[in-house]
Amino acid sequence: MTNEELLAVMEQERQAKGQLKYCVQVCSSTGCASSNSEAVAAALQQQVKEANLQETVQVKLVGCMGLCALGPLVEIERVQIQPGAPPDVLLYQSVTPADAPDIVAGLASGQPVRRLRLEMDDPFFTRQTKVVLAQAGRIDPERIEDYIAEGGYQALFKALAEMTPAEVIEEVSKSGLRGRGGGGYPTGLKWNTVAKVQSDQKYLICNADEGDPGAFMDRSILESDPHLVIEGMIIGAYAVGANKGYVYVRAEYPLAVKRMRQAIRQAERAGFLGQNICGADFSFNVEIRLGAGAFVCGEETALMASIEGRRGAPRPRPPYPAASGLWGKPTLINNVETFANVPGIILNGGDAYARVGTEKSKGTKIFALTGKVNHTGLIEVPMGVTLREVIYEIGGGIPDGRRFKAVQTGGPSGGCIPEQFLDTPVDYESLSALGSIMGSGGMIVIDDSSSMIDVAKYFMEFSKEESCGKCVPCRVGTAQMYDLLCKFSAGEATEFDLRLLEDLCDLVRNTSLCGLGQTAPNPVISTLKYFRDEYLAKIKKPEEVFGVAARANGRAPGQVEQTA
Amino acid sequence: MSPVPITTEPVKTFKINGQDVSARETESILQAARAHNIDIPTLCHLEGLSSTGACRLCMVEIKGSNKLFPACVTRVQEGIEVMTHSERLVKYRRMLMELIFSERNHVCAVCVVNGHCELQSTAQKLGMDHVRYPYLNPQLEVDASHERYAVDHNRCILCTRCVRVCDEIETAHTWDVMGRGIGSKVITDFNQPWGESETCTRCGKCVNVCPTGALFEKGKSVAEMAKQRQFLPYLVSRREAMIE
Repeated sequence: MTNEELLAVMEQERQAKGQLKYCVQVCSSTGCASSNSEAVAAALQQQVKEANLQETVQVKLVGCMGLCALGPLVEIERVQIQPGAPPDVLLYQSVTPADAPDIVAGLASGQPVRRLRLEMDDPFFTRQTKVVLAQAGRIDPERIEDYIAEGGYQALFKALAEMTPAEVIEEVSKSGLRGRGGGGYPTGLKWNTVAKVQSDQKYLICNADEGDPGAFMDRSILESDPHLVIEGMIIGAYAVGANKGYVYVRAEYPLAVKRMRQAIRQAERAGFLGQNICGADFSFNVEIRLGAGAFVCGEETALMASIEGRRGAPRPRPPYPAASGLWGKPTLINNVETFANVPGIILNGGDAYARVGTEKSKGTKIFALTGKVNHTGLIEVPMGVTLREVIYEIGGGIPDGRRFKAVQTGGPSGGCIPEQFLDTPVDYESLSALGSIMGSGGMIVIDDSSSMIDVAKYFMEFSKEESCGKCVPCRVGTAQMYDLLCKFSAGEATEFDLRLLEDLCDLVRNTSLCGLGQTAPNPVISTLKYFRDEYLAKIKKPEEVFGVAARANGRAPGQVEQTA
Repeated sequence: MSPVPITTEPVKTFKINGQDVSARETESILQAARAHNIDIPTLCHLEGLSSTGACRLCMVEIKGSNKLFPACVTRVQEGIEVMTHSERLVKYRRMLMELIFSERNHVCAVCVVNGHCELQSTAQKLGMDHVRYPYLNPQLEVDASHERYAVDHNRCILCTRCVRVCDEIETAHTWDVMGRGIGSKVITDFNQPWGESETCTRCGKCVNVCPTGALFEKGKSVAEMAKQRQFLPYLVSRREAMIE
């Protein structure tokens, strides 16, 4: 496709839309689809047909709109005659197929259906800054034309036609973008390292093996706007000189896989993937690899082993993937959300991107807000907003009149942040200073009905189950820590167990081979730090362990040692 | 120690425990330490096989970094100051040994390699006289279907030496690991009885590199199974000579 053809597709799409009066957009992402949104779309389609409105009303399936708690969501967009006018939209919540006649009747009469209407001036909508998710929930993820109509693939043309690879990297460096998978490594620096290595073959990998409990950011991006990720990958490949790319996505995401497959085919047909992309002296192909359900395969060295067809176990670094990655070749590996940020940076410039966020954490971050919070769903906020704003304004506070207790960020690698730190800005450094991590963007709100020991136990069970078993501290350490947490949970623990637990946290963190083990103790460390009382309350008194005589002979509780 | 071959490879000088040492640039900290008679304990490492950095016993400190480094897979660098036996490292090593002992059913008194066991001797060297963690006591099987050898999973520490020697030296790749985490297990072929393996060449290399009594020759009674490892450096040097 040439730039002219791209603009022609854009114009064609705009004209087609100009014929319409209303666009009825039904969310078809996993969340809403699980509450029957496809039947809602079919019912709407049927009603439109019966009312003979097909000429002026279009019903389409779109990606995630964010407020998953109130799904299925249906957005009614009144098509604007004047270009550039602010969008005129209204949103319906918890729509069932039975609501379709009223909705379509509302279109004809111009009167919205009050009982379904969701107020758009709620902070959930007004406090977000949608950059990566700007088109999610607006475009049909299964049509490349929809993506192009909203300015898609223009960044790619700009990069290929007007910029050298070095200039692309320069722009990404200027943006201050950092890895969104959790590590927060500067993306520009990583690209620069891979670009500098001399090699006949380089690879690029998009890590879509999202596995943290409660996290679904990457899934939603892939389901809602797959071409954005592909465009980011192509630009990345151009910048570092890679000619082969892989999207490593977990098989538990069938819809994301399907849409990504479809998008890759469409991009190939349009000439955005393949030989001599857009006429430039640059070729790049993308293949999908499915993860078979191992969390550890999100770790980059394990992921690469898995792509190579070997057991998904991490290996020691160095060498880093930038020097020796897939099949020993230099490899650029970035997360889905990182790639999804790239087209915007190229199109609007790194400086514009860097205007949002804090000094060290630039841009926006997508979070999956879950747990005991009113508005569970997917949100995108500028770096630096406080946890309080996220939970109480955007999230709408804690349901059922309960009290906030903690927020867990970063999944099994993260920690629990208590109420006194709610005014902490959300950025990489601030969260790690509190003993948690930004992670990939899972945010689980916990209210006062939960025991923090159970929270720690839950995550430790996860780490134990997902440990690959290669190194001793992670394999045996997580199993022993889990057993100890069970003892605490059951009120069977002794002071000696507390000491064992704390020592194991220290050992596993410092001696494990990969990030999974090194961060596995974090949920325990942070709950021990902020909710120690809960652990102490579960410790048995010496007389409960040994009877009253134990105190008399001066033996410390739990000091029973086994001999080998 | 075999005589150091003459090489044009650059040499790095650095310090281990305050002692000045030198090593070729491609050598690991572990190789350099052993060449200077500085002992760093290991279990998964075996000279002649690839290093995996799995047992974590060889972790050392490098001055200026808070991180610990597995000596078997960390290359030497000019000017670094390595500490191999700090209080912290000694404590960690002991804890790691205790974890290994707690994982499966290691009962020296009834073991074929009692007295010739690397796990046992390493535990003694590290002063591990008791285990503070509860024994996990898993129910594991013994596979004695092979005509010459047997595998007792109760004594396996998952060092994967058998997997590596079978793949890298014998190139049969009969052994591999299945499952994950605490449920990991070494297997022959596709988790078939060893005696039915179609790839096993009956060479016995796996048995002889195994650091514990997990792999042993049939007919050996308690304390009778001593492992023979001389073949490994010999085969490796012959192979290198052929490649050159």
